[in-house]
Amino acid sequence: MVIKGGEVIFNTVHLPESWKLSTYVANGGYAALRKILSEKTSAETIIAEVKKSALRGRGGAGFPTGLKWSFMPRHFDGDKYLVCNSDEGEPGTFKDRDIMQLNPHALIEGMAIAAYTLGTRRGYNYIHGEIWETYERMEAAVEEAKAAGFLGDNICGTDFSFHLFNHHGYGAYICGEETALLESIEGKKGQPRFKPPFPASFGLYGKPTTINNTETFASIPYIIREGGQKFLELGKPNNGGTKLFSVSGHVNRPGNFEVPMGTPFAELLEMAGGIRDGHTFKACIPGGSSTPVLPAEIMMQCTMDYDSIAKAGSALGAGSVIIMDETVCMVKALERLSYFYFEESCGQCTPCREGTGWLYRVIHRIEHGQGRPEDLDLLSDVAHNIGGRTICGLGDAAAMPVQAMLKHYRHEFEHHIEHGKCMV
Amino acid sequence: MLSPDSIAQIDYEIAKYPVNQRQSAVMSALRIAQVEKGWLSTETMDFVADYLGMPAIAVYEVATFYNMYNTAPLGRHKITLCTNISCALMGAPEIAEHLKEKLGCGFGETSEDNRFTLKEGECMGACGDAPLCMINNHRMEGFLTPEKVDSILEELK
Ligand code: FES
Repeated sequence: MVIKGGEVIFNTVHLPESWKLSTYVANGGYAALRKILSEKTSAETIIAEVKKSALRGRGGAGFPTGLKWSFMPRHFDGDKYLVCNSDEGEPGTFKDRDIMQLNPHALIEGMAIAAYTLGTRRGYNYIHGEIWETYERMEAAVEEAKAAGFLGDNICGTDFSFHLFNHHGYGAYICGEETALLESIEGKKGQPRFKPPFPASFGLYGKPTTINNTETFASIPYIIREGGQKFLELGKPNNGGTKLFSVSGHVNRPGNFEVPMGTPFAELLEMAGGIRDGHTFKACIPGGSSTPVLPAEIMMQCTMDYDSIAKAGSALGAGSVIIMDETVCMVKALERLSYFYFEESCGQCTPCREGTGWLYRVIHRIEHGQGRPEDLDLLSDVAHNIGGRTICGLGDAAAMPVQAMLKHYRHEFEHHIEHGKCMV
Repeated sequence: MLSPDSIAQIDYEIAKYPVNQRQSAVMSALRIAQVEKGWLSTETMDFVADYLGMPAIAVYEVATFYNMYNTAPLGRHKITLCTNISCALMGAPEIAEHLKEKLGCGFGETSEDNRFTLKEGECMGACGDAPLCMINNHRMEGFLTPEKVDSILEELK
């Protein structure tokens, strides 16, 4: 797998043992934390800097980070928590694993800065269950940071204290949803909570909590060290910074690529070695499995940022680019995705629990030559009746790919139904 | 009952959470118990419940909600193959066929010699290494080919 270094997060990946504290510090690491502690920078100043950077949540929703931080009650007596969502399980997404693997201290420093800003003394990093080696790496990095005085009591000799702990998941996609993740840290089934109340007022253990994605936190040290303006200028207005793009599927060189926001998709594809040899580009899922699929022609016109992909009718999501060549049967691809949402639905809300099963079974029968002419309308109807009617976004995530597939590749579904077999 | 070593590991996890929140360590406690025992029997789960001061039913709920817990006995090694989209595009179906043929069992089943249990998994967040599998939950092997699968099976006695 290819790793392409960049300015903000993968700035040291070319060095041996980039994950070591010594490597991090030798390359400007923990300078931002030291600076705000010694200058006693106010929380307002830090939040203003983050707002200026136009950093948007890297977990998929793209919510402005500075704004999210400003929701946290500043003057609150009692415990408050900071949580990192490293539970990346959206098919096609594998960037947070490499951040923790290759530059764990950027995450730790980012969390420490956030904790200082938001007045939290305790934080948890929730790590996806299937990546045990990464959990071990994070455990070691936290120990290193503690020993060096960057975590724990009286950080850098000041009165600021922050305790960070890793929490290891054990296989549940739904825990990537922030309130399910909180339930999971509390030692329960990961079932999403009703919102409101939002975590900023009622979060972990019922206390005010701020949750950000791994990549979001890992971008913070750069913003504080170099300034929000510089980060913003790396990308484009409203889409600040660089971003990690995970490219998988039918390319010659899959991997993680740190590139400026707004990089043309065609360039990213080229970095990934282009479509695998001897094949042609058919379609792309640009932001992880729940974002709508886009045909190659449309995708080739896009730049990689929130606004461009949204305009094309999909979403940048977590930057998880799944590439499909001409050999892919869209019915089969959708069947697999629908099975995934069916399997991972937590079962709380009827439209999602039952609807994802309906979607899967109908697509399954189309794929297996038993589709009926009315099935396509049935699919749209079921998808439509799940969307917007559930506690969390998993229902929408299951419905969206169906609608997009039917929009762009309806003929493949019709062919399956009519001829009982695939057209590719 | 768990070994003193497992108990020490569980205590380490409990210390990560506020004093009145021992239940937060249940996921780790079950993981640690599973590593020691191979799977989670009712007896083991009851022990964890007692140790953390939780109702037993709350422990069963957790053990059955998350995919990586083994709630029934299984072969000596568990192989979980990701068959989700990126892995599927990169040949997971062929790897699945190969594994089924070699082990003589399907997904969710155990080979006759009791060496392997084969499971179908969802995205493991490592799609750049597709196709891939997890061995006994804590080891990942990527870029699988039939040959690579053979050598992994060979190594796991
Ligand atoms: S699809 Fe197999 S690891 Fe993501």
